[in-house]
Amino acid sequence: MTHHEGNGNKRAMLVCEGTGCVSSRSVYIREELQKELTNHGLADSVEVKPTGCHGFCEKGPIVIVEPDGIFYCNVKEKDAAEIVESHLKGGTPVERLFYKDPATKTLIPKYEDIDFYKKQQRIVLRNCGHINPESIDDYIGVGGYEGLKQVLSGMSPEQVIDEVTKSGLRGRGGAGFPTGRKWAGALKSERTPKYVVCNADEGDPGAFMDRSTLEADPHAVMEGMAICGYAIGSNHGYIYVRAEYPLAINRLKIAIEQAKERGFLGENIMGSGFSFNLEIAQGAGAFVCGEASALMYSIEGKRGMPRVKPPRSVESGLYTMPTVLNNVKSFATVPVIISNGGEWFAGIGSPNSPGTAVFALTGKVVNSGLVEVPMGATLREIIFGIGGGVMGGREFKAVQTGGPSGGCLPADQLDLPVDFDSLDSAGSIMGSGGMVVMDKRTCMVDVARFFLSFTQEESCGKCNPCRIGTELVLEVLERICEGKGKPGDIELLEEWSQTIIKGSLCGLGKSAPNPVLSTIRYFRDEYEAHINEQRCPGGICKELISFSIDEELCKGCGLCAKNCPTKAVILFEKKQPVKLDQEKCINCGTCYDACKFDAVIVK
Amino acid sequence: MSSQLAEILAPFKGKKGVTIPALQQVQEELGYLPREAIDEVSKTLRISASEIYGVITFYAQFRTSPRGRHVVRVCRGTACHVRGGGVVLDQVKIDLGIDENENTEDMEYTLETVACIGACALAPAMVIDEDTFGKVSPGKVSEIFASRRGDN
Ligand SMILES: Cc1cc2nc3c(=O)[nH]c(=O)nc-3n(C[C@H](O)[C@H](O)[C@H](O)COP(=O)(O)O)c2cc1C
Ligand code: SF4
Ligand code: SF4
Ligand code: SF4
Ligand code: FES
Ligand code: FES
Repeated sequence: MTHHEGNGNKRAMLVCEGTGCVSSRSVYIREELQKELTNHGLADSVEVKPTGCHGFCEKGPIVIVEPDGIFYCNVKEKDAAEIVESHLKGGTPVERLFYKDPATKTLIPKYEDIDFYKKQQRIVLRNCGHINPESIDDYIGVGGYEGLKQVLSGMSPEQVIDEVTKSGLRGRGGAGFPTGRKWAGALKSERTPKYVVCNADEGDPGAFMDRSTLEADPHAVMEGMAICGYAIGSNHGYIYVRAEYPLAINRLKIAIEQAKERGFLGENIMGSGFSFNLEIAQGAGAFVCGEASALMYSIEGKRGMPRVKPPRSVESGLYTMPTVLNNVKSFATVPVIISNGGEWFAGIGSPNSPGTAVFALTGKVVNSGLVEVPMGATLREIIFGIGGGVMGGREFKAVQTGGPSGGCLPADQLDLPVDFDSLDSAGSIMGSGGMVVMDKRTCMVDVARFFLSFTQEESCGKCNPCRIGTELVLEVLERICEGKGKPGDIELLEEWSQTIIKGSLCGLGKSAPNPVLSTIRYFRDEYEAHINEQRCPGGICKELISFSIDEELCKGCGLCAKNCPTKAVILFEKKQPVKLDQEKCINCGTCYDACKFDAVIVK
Repeated sequence: MSSQLAEILAPFKGKKGVTIPALQQVQEELGYLPREAIDEVSKTLRISASEIYGVITFYAQFRTSPRGRHVVRVCRGTACHVRGGGVVLDQVKIDLGIDENENTEDMEYTLETVACIGACALAPAMVIDEDTFGKVSPGKVSEIFASRRGDN
């Protein structure tokens, strides 16, 4: 599935205006390009348009020229003149802005030849970076709203649900519940009004797939919701978006207006008699509100505290009415399942987890960004094949999936095929798609402490084991990181973790111990080093480490001195090794990360 | 202030489930939620003030004290944490001379942390008002504030 062109065969320059690229001034680049085109009399023959995130934010700002398929990265405003003059006018693309393969050092002009894209299969992200998210015509131009048309012009609600069930689609919000079965439950219920809710809370701190999907292709999510509305007999939907995503909210507002104008939302859609309206609800900064029942209370304007189940949301959800709640990516997948058929989707990925998985690949990895692969791809293929391996060629230590509810997997799990079930049995979870790569200089006890401080703060406080348990576990982890751990602490952590799991009502508590248990399972030696030897093997825990310079390796380049926040690096003459003033050093490790010669030693 | 409040709250009158959007709108306009605003929301929406306080304390977004002219938000998400976000936060604290959730004495800046700003591929990241800064380091933090001081 490629949708290279915008409208017709007109030449187009696509400027990424996702959050990442905007932070490096892509909006101004677009204005510059437009100006240059006008200057060269090309304004009528070449269209400049903004797109959402291409998923390769690391290399941003990104500009693509279609239909040539040329990919420019790290573009600056001052490059606009050359791109227009040399490429658009003269026909010679600007080589120095091509992507350079880090392994082979060759320049790659077309994005379809770049490993990062070549090895992906994009279904959810199919339009991301290729259409203008603020133009409904762009969406329609790539087959948008065809799924809804098909559904309304001759499928019964049961047939729609059958198709979704046949596809085997499992919810992309983390738990992997079969979407078809959920919808069937809501259709069965006779009480009205029914609601369709899209979960765009994206609470996992370190994940941005849902944000990018909404920013780059909002209509796809809305179309999926309208199809769901028809299938279950609901006329009203809510999109619950976290308030930290202003750009996504803005693009959704524009998209909703456009869809209403064109008659894809509102009353009597395409003359079918079916009506569907959408509203945006903004989250207000509580992780627990990503949980289904808490989210619905939050829309109602209450404190977002999870409730006991049953009843299930499909029987009693928003305002106690039958409600289907799905993740952004689940809804965005639905239109293509309808267009291409459930069987097509079921044939992708692994048998029990059909389709693709979208990951926000981040941390110490060369190619940070959004990655979509068929379920069943291995961690190695994702991290090394697409992600290009660990930054600076350092040693891989672990990968974290599933955010605060997930776990850390070590190098010997790299050949694990990734799907809902395999990750679960390895002690992590799929989650909504965060994937954080960690190198040698990461402390696994610190990682567990980090996640527990998050869940402890975000616990809603309803259940004692969750509220008090996370506090106690955090205390133990903190003392271990400070070198004050005691023999027996590991067992204590394990015991309390079990208590939290057993006594918690919702997924937040039930999965909060995962980061602790998985790091103990795979990195027990690091816990032991902290407790028994007051040593932090990852070189992170400030109380336990000190930095020094390897005089053999130091080239005296001064890069560390430039970056040291406390001016603790003492420079001598050029090419002479530097020294660290231990009095001033605060053990922050900036010099270690800055040094290109591995001359900083951490012990 | 009460006429301004009445104006802000008018669209929410008589609607269900609008406590959070109403509070968000007030905070957007006033910068925080002063006591009288909470009383006004209570009156307009016919919800007890204690229930509204319950909502305000539950959600991290709401503030009951004023903020500085510019808000600095440093990401403390996972991607930023493993790429040195903690050190960046320390540096911001040093440069501004304040702790989290504090204002500088001249009310120029407020320092906050945020769970994730969705720019994880550019970690560590921070936001000043609406501007996102990616791949920041302690050195870059100091540069950013130094150049802002120059600009003003
Ligand atoms: C504490 C907690 C946080 C959650 N956060 C999210 C979230 O941010 N986004 C999401 O889609 N699902 C989240 N979920 C899962 C939802 O409860 C729900 O299972 C999901 O949104 C259903 O959609 P799906 O079937 O399409 O996956 C969270 C669950 C828990 C327990
Ligand atoms: S498990 Fe934790 S977050 Fe979930 S309801 Fe209980 S106290 Fe609240
Ligand atoms: S660890 Fe931090 S404070 Fe110490 S010398 Fe290196 S950069 Fe400076
Ligand atoms: S960055 Fe490395 S090589 Fe350069 S002066 Fe510092 S320690 Fe020496
Ligand atoms: S924001 Fe431009 S590639 Fe992600
Ligand atoms: S983790 Fe910092 S921006 Fe997402």
